[in-house]
Amino acid sequence: MKISAIITLKNDVLDPQGKVIHQTLDGMGFDNVNEVRQGKYFEIDVKENDPKKAKEIVENMCSKLLANLVIENYKIIETQ
Amino acid sequence: MLVNQKVAVEHGLKAEEYEKICKLLKRTPNITELGIFSAMWNEHCSYKSSRLHLKKMPTKGKKVIQGPGENAGVIDIEDGDAIVFKIESHNHPSFIEPYQGAATGVGGIMRDVFTMGARPIANLNSIHFGSPQHKKTKNLLRGVVHGIGGYGNCMGVPTIAGQTSFDSSYNGNILVNAMTLGLVKKNKIFYSKAAGLNKPVIYVGSKTGRDGIHGASMASASFDEKIEEKKPTVQVGDPFTEKLLLEACLELMSGDSIIAIQDMGAAGLTSSSIEMASKGNLGIEINLNKVPCRELKMTPYEIMLSESQERMLIVLENGKEELAKKIFDKWNLDFAIIGKTTNTKNIELFFDNKQVANIPVNTLVENSPMYDRKWKKAKLPKKNKLKKEVFTKLKIKNVLQKILSNQNICSKEWIWQQYDHTVMGDTIQKPGGDSGVVRVHGTDKAVAASVDSSAVYCWAHPLTGGKQVVAESWRNLISVGATPTAITNCLNFGSPENEDNMGEFVECVEGISEASEYLDFPVVSGNVSFYNQTKEVGIKPTPSIGGVGLIKNYKKMITMDLKEINNLILVIGKTEGHIDQSLFARTILDEKNGPPPEVNLFNEKNNGESLLSLIEKDYIKSAHDISLGGLLTAISKMCIKGNKGIKFRKLKNLLNKFEYFFAEDQGRYLIEINLKDLVNVKKILDKNSVFHEELGVIIEKEMIIDEKTKLTIDELRSYNTNWLENYMDS
Amino acid sequence: MKSSVITFPGSNCDRDMDVALKKFGFNNKMVWHNDSELPKSDLIVLPGGFSYGDYLRCGSMASKSKIMQSVINFAKSGGLVMGVCNGFQILVEAGLVPGVLLRNKYLQFICKNVFVKLENKENSYFKNLDKNILEFHIAHNEGNYFCTNDQLKEIEDNNQIALYYCDNEGQINENFNPNGSIKNIAGIFNKNKNVLGMMPHPERMIDQSLSGEDGSLFFKNLINNIR
Repeated sequence: MKISAIITLKNDVLDPQGKVIHQTLDGMGFDNVNEVRQGKYFEIDVKENDPKKAKEIVENMCSKLLANLVIENYKIIETQ
Repeated sequence: MLVNQKVAVEHGLKAEEYEKICKLLKRTPNITELGIFSAMWNEHCSYKSSRLHLKKMPTKGKKVIQGPGENAGVIDIEDGDAIVFKIESHNHPSFIEPYQGAATGVGGIMRDVFTMGARPIANLNSIHFGSPQHKKTKNLLRGVVHGIGGYGNCMGVPTIAGQTSFDSSYNGNILVNAMTLGLVKKNKIFYSKAAGLNKPVIYVGSKTGRDGIHGASMASASFDEKIEEKKPTVQVGDPFTEKLLLEACLELMSGDSIIAIQDMGAAGLTSSSIEMASKGNLGIEINLNKVPCRELKMTPYEIMLSESQERMLIVLENGKEELAKKIFDKWNLDFAIIGKTTNTKNIELFFDNKQVANIPVNTLVENSPMYDRKWKKAKLPKKNKLKKEVFTKLKIKNVLQKILSNQNICSKEWIWQQYDHTVMGDTIQKPGGDSGVVRVHGTDKAVAASVDSSAVYCWAHPLTGGKQVVAESWRNLISVGATPTAITNCLNFGSPENEDNMGEFVECVEGISEASEYLDFPVVSGNVSFYNQTKEVGIKPTPSIGGVGLIKNYKKMITMDLKEINNLILVIGKTEGHIDQSLFARTILDEKNGPPPEVNLFNEKNNGESLLSLIEKDYIKSAHDISLGGLLTAISKMCIKGNKGIKFRKLKNLLNKFEYFFAEDQGRYLIEINLKDLVNVKKILDKNSVFHEELGVIIEKEMIIDEKTKLTIDELRSYNTNWLENYMDS
Repeated sequence: MKSSVITFPGSNCDRDMDVALKKFGFNNKMVWHNDSELPKSDLIVLPGGFSYGDYLRCGSMASKSKIMQSVINFAKSGGLVMGVCNGFQILVEAGLVPGVLLRNKYLQFICKNVFVKLENKENSYFKNLDKNILEFHIAHNEGNYFCTNDQLKEIEDNNQIALYYCDNEGQINENFNPNGSIKNIAGIFNKNKNVLGMMPHPERMIDQSLSGEDGSLFFKNLINNIR
């Protein structure tokens, strides 16, 4: 089944990209933005049909590889 | 939060240091004040274990404009030009998060340089990793290299030279030392000394977040199992903002608005404001509500101790606020007037209309602790007596193959191809040579720089090792035709609280001091990184020396690649056959004991200066210093680079050939000269009593050592180039 | 001959380009990204660097800056616009040349000399150039040129490929492709051949003491062609 993972920078960690994207949006006239934070999105098709187990597998991947836990958090979403 | 001894100890202060704080203040500090003391009094900022010994270093000289004590050292390169340079460690953060740790290390050192008004023109680095077999090494190496490139490339400053080594003593503590050179006009150098009352104190750059709170304290403690808990303190670098900050600062500096400027590095706003006040013998008052913050609800404690990157503190002339703000607005950077200079000689902080800290500046600086730590003198190890039998089984060709492909000798092209080394259009000697060389933009001058360390020698005998590193730096500059001018040093050691490690520090410093004094090669800046240890095990003592030299006419620069068939190769300096602590002894004979090669400073100076005079007279076609791996390694590299071979003269030497080829005796160079110049060259060398001998003559693509020992240049190249790339791909 | 080099926040080869253009006789002006009008120019150059930190996508935010509308108009009216490295990435993001530049195949920044072959000399950039193979210098992280098959056909039909990575004898094959670019493409024109985007940096090859001198040949020829 397909599981998605979203990796974002931890709250207190500076996001240089988000900051500059925000400034550019401002410059383009999108002046109603409070903050932009950029992250990564993964779609992983796991050979596992039990949603709980599938999530666990992806969670393990996140903590061991996909996310850099020093500066990033991850969130797991069941897609199908 | 209540402050007591326990809280102080949690901040890394010793119980007696806490007592001293209470006595100096005549009261108990509040939490913000305690945080400030802990940041100012830790090893990283206060140099409390090292200060006593650092005083021995020679820091003055005809060419020195500014020695240690400022953001960076400054040397005179004539015609009103000056070079600002410094090396600094970012070891602990790089082990925790290699990309960001290395990146912010590079960012920090560049800020130190442009704070003084200089445009960075070259970066260098010295990076040391654990054994290649250690499970963390590959990822750490990849992350550090990406981080250094990621920051330096984006800033548009070429990375022109560096050093990479592998040794199992760095398994739990890698070293990342970054060095930057900047160019400035002598009359436009900016310092950190505040002056004048009621001058506005300005904050510029990025906003303040909760990054790296207590990063400086982390660099002052050993790693233990709890390392995971320290992770959130990692800072994220933003080279784009730093590039803007660089341009904005240089734009403001072209006028006369700035009285003092200081970058917010370790211990952020705390150390920058206190340093400016201390140097100016003034007080400083800051309204923390005015500090631009990235996060909600930051406390005074967090604001003062944040190590968010890409920030500067400026004391401005009255009435220049508007002009300055305009410049920072143009570059889209935060600009805030956060305080003023005062005559109280105290640092006073206000938050929500309340005073949250009030500390006499001198208690934080002059009265900071200074320790005369116990240390043990190292004995000079006994020389190994090698029996003839150990050599009989060896073949020159096999040994050379092993040495050229050794991780500490092999080509580091995989690394430096990831660094932009040609941006700014003045790099005339790329990484891979004895020194990197950049032209002084728009002039005939060039500046050479190299970074060196010899941890194995320092470990075997710190005093000799300390001398040797300085001598090697001196030789690397001379080999490219530069007159060595001054050095910066980054002293990476284990815990100063351990007598052996402290002894290594003290004696390495003595060795460095002795050599730099003798060679008139003064120390103008540097940094100390202690506590490079995991539990009880410290790293091998690793002082990194960054040397800088001047080439008056860049067209006279020398490179190491062999130039012309039929030219002669001479060896300058005597080969005594010192094998102990050589790469040959350690990797081929598996012999780890014995003394490092002796450093004879008279010979170093005499040989080096004689070579410079030969270069001045245009006799030298190529040159290379002989160091790690010995003579045969050095000539192999010259062959590989020039894609030419050499036919050796029959060796008259009485030494066993392995000793001759792989000994690491000091003070030696290989030079290429034209046959027609031989008489004149010999005359000069003889006049100066420089030992020299002919090694061979340059031929097409083959190295012919004797009838039986022949290698093609392609063979040599394949030994030398493949190791690192294969390792990273495996 | 007048040229203008645009400085974006994060540009870092703007000075190098200025030095090169002046060395070969251009009267060059630096133009700030936030200006809206271009000075009268015979050539506009978008220099290398890391505009906006290469954040989001390389060149994406620079392509939205104020001056770019004027650059686009200038290009559409037939003016010469050259983008080098990050400048090429900006041209692509602005839609002035087709395709995209992806991350290098080996996921690493790469800085070294390369050989490039030019096959189309029917344009102001390469007309009258004696050599067909030039030694240039690259320094980039995102130079892996990519486009769809339809685009590629169109590009080839219109002779829009300006430069190919090759060996010193002009052989074009995967061994001499430093970044994974489709067809070894190192540079590309727009349909009218007045806009040129290329990854290599000719401005770093203008002196024997530097990486080489083929950049000098390029600039000398360029100014003669514009005259």
